[in-house]
Amino acid sequence: MEQEMVLKNENSLSSSLKQMLLKLTPSIKKDGIIKSLKNTGITLLSILMFIGLWQMGSKALYNKEADYRIEKALTERGEEAAAAERACIESGDSSCQPNTLPSPSQVWASLQSLIADHNLIGAKKNAFAKKMAATNEKMIAEGKDPIVYTGRASFVDIVLTSIKTVFAGFLLAMFIAVPIGIIIGLSPSLRSAFNWFIQIFKPVSPVVWYLLVFMIVKTLYIGDSSDNAFVISFISVGLCAMWATLVNTAMGVASVDKDYINVAKVLKLGTFQKVFKVILPSSLPLIFTGLRITLSVAWMVLIAIELLAQSQGLGLFVWEEFQNGANDSNSKIIVAMFVIGIIGFLLDRLMLAVQNMVSFNKNEMA
Amino acid sequence: MAYLELNNIYKTYGEGENSTEVLSNINLTMEEGEFVAIVGFTGSGKTTLVNLINGLLQPTSGEVLFKGVPVTDTSHERGVIFQNYSLLPWLTVGQNIYMAVKEAFPKESKKVLMERVKEYVGMVNLSPAINKRPKELSGGMRQRVAVARALAMNPEMIIMDEPLGALDALTRGNLQDEILNIWSQDKRTALLITNDVDEGIYMADRIIPLKPGPNATLGPEFKINIERPRDKTAMNDNPEYKKTRNAIIEYLMDIGDERKTVSDVEYKLPELTPKSFVA
Repeated sequence: MEQEMVLKNENSLSSSLKQMLLKLTPSIKKDGIIKSLKNTGITLLSILMFIGLWQMGSKALYNKEADYRIEKALTERGEEAAAAERACIESGDSSCQPNTLPSPSQVWASLQSLIADHNLIGAKKNAFAKKMAATNEKMIAEGKDPIVYTGRASFVDIVLTSIKTVFAGFLLAMFIAVPIGIIIGLSPSLRSAFNWFIQIFKPVSPVVWYLLVFMIVKTLYIGDSSDNAFVISFISVGLCAMWATLVNTAMGVASVDKDYINVAKVLKLGTFQKVFKVILPSSLPLIFTGLRITLSVAWMVLIAIELLAQSQGLGLFVWEEFQNGANDSNSKIIVAMFVIGIIGFLLDRLMLAVQNMVSFNKNEMA
Repeated sequence: MAYLELNNIYKTYGEGENSTEVLSNINLTMEEGEFVAIVGFTGSGKTTLVNLINGLLQPTSGEVLFKGVPVTDTSHERGVIFQNYSLLPWLTVGQNIYMAVKEAFPKESKKVLMERVKEYVGMVNLSPAINKRPKELSGGMRQRVAVARALAMNPEMIIMDEPLGALDALTRGNLQDEILNIWSQDKRTALLITNDVDEGIYMADRIIPLKPGPNATLGPEFKINIERPRDKTAMNDNPEYKKTRNAIIEYLMDIGDERKTVSDVEYKLPELTPKSFVA
């Protein structure tokens, strides 16, 4: 019975041979389902355990902080004040809540409040656009810039800014690192000429890259009142993250299979043809491995750089919430942490998919 | 003037004390339209010899003359079939051949070139696989693509470096017939490097053994006086075939033995006696 159901579900493997194999080896298929169920179960269980540990940890920290406050009130202002403090904490009044690691439920509540806030701002934006529609039309007709909404950015806007920055940085890194990588991969003498440069600049910290870019961009934008935070942050991100692509591209180009080079020689391909038809396709897998590392590094350094550059992204959001010190600031920081982690994971999956799509030796990919 | 001439070829790898002489004193002449096979043990420098003739390598001393002109670079006049197929894995069968054809006939229109690709893919019986990538093909099919690629460039001479070495016996037999079939159509000059004596006898006009390296050199040549087209099964009873085969194998066995005794170094053990601590 179960076996039949399995077969029905395997529509994609419709060839009769595969069906026959399935019939012959039902236990393997069944094992496969049990195994995947088991894996999902283990994942769910570990998530529950993680939340449980987090809950316990935050509870312990909460109690410690609460005890300290009551103790302090007792020693400094006497028993009456201590009792009042205890009553205040237990009542859940926001004015005297201990400020520590937030519990999972607090983080969840913060996430919902951030979404509600986003909807609210969205509604405001729409109202603003409606109100200004007529005026803006007139202004555009007169050749003036239309008036845009300049209110506070919502959490979703902030996340989008960060993604935009990381992609701009990633593209910059790609456009710098891939051509240079190819050129130095092709020529051993250029490779040794560039080697010291790569070795010295590769380990430089994101903060220093930011300062360097700041020095240059600030002067370039002199007399221009427009906001250059985005420009500074994406250039810094690109410069930080490009090294993996540069090194991998150079290595990929330098280590093309001798057989392919011989083919190119025997066919008497021109230099251009040789590079674009033989060397580049054969080094694509390594180039994409480099690009994948570059994207993950870019996302990682982005937070620090946005913080420094005051660019309206997740990095600045986290820093401002920390400085803000409101009751729900800590839980908002944790929300941002999860959002950063999940987006980083999704970006990596995206790159892996692209990498598998372009590379010819699919079986050798991790 | 011979079609292809190798005069006193020496090839050394490395420099100074670490140098090894792979080939020494190689002399060979081939006439136009001839099919010559060079038979040798693995590691005897066969591939080096092939690369000298096709122009991928230059001899340390001596000269390779092709139609009287020294060989300094690869040329479309000499087509090469490599031992390990050397197809580009990211291109389909058709694209692999198209790339070669386009280089060989740069002035032709795309339509004419595509026709040519189709013709040669059909010649090696791979028309249904024209849009497949090398990964999806068996070893024999891949080598057929390599054959088609080399022939589609319409070379005057075709150089085969153990083209069937990696294939199973059945596929090997089929491909031998296919290559002979194509060769007999316009009798191009052909040089076959192989480690299989039977293959050499079946396909070539002349067989020349390569004495194993280092310092590999060519041995005496054996003429194969069996009329074409040759029949594999009938050939087994042909006295001429038996004679030539035995002669070549005997020769190869002899130099094999020679090589063994030469490489046997005698180690002298130091004379040691246990020392007594009792005294």
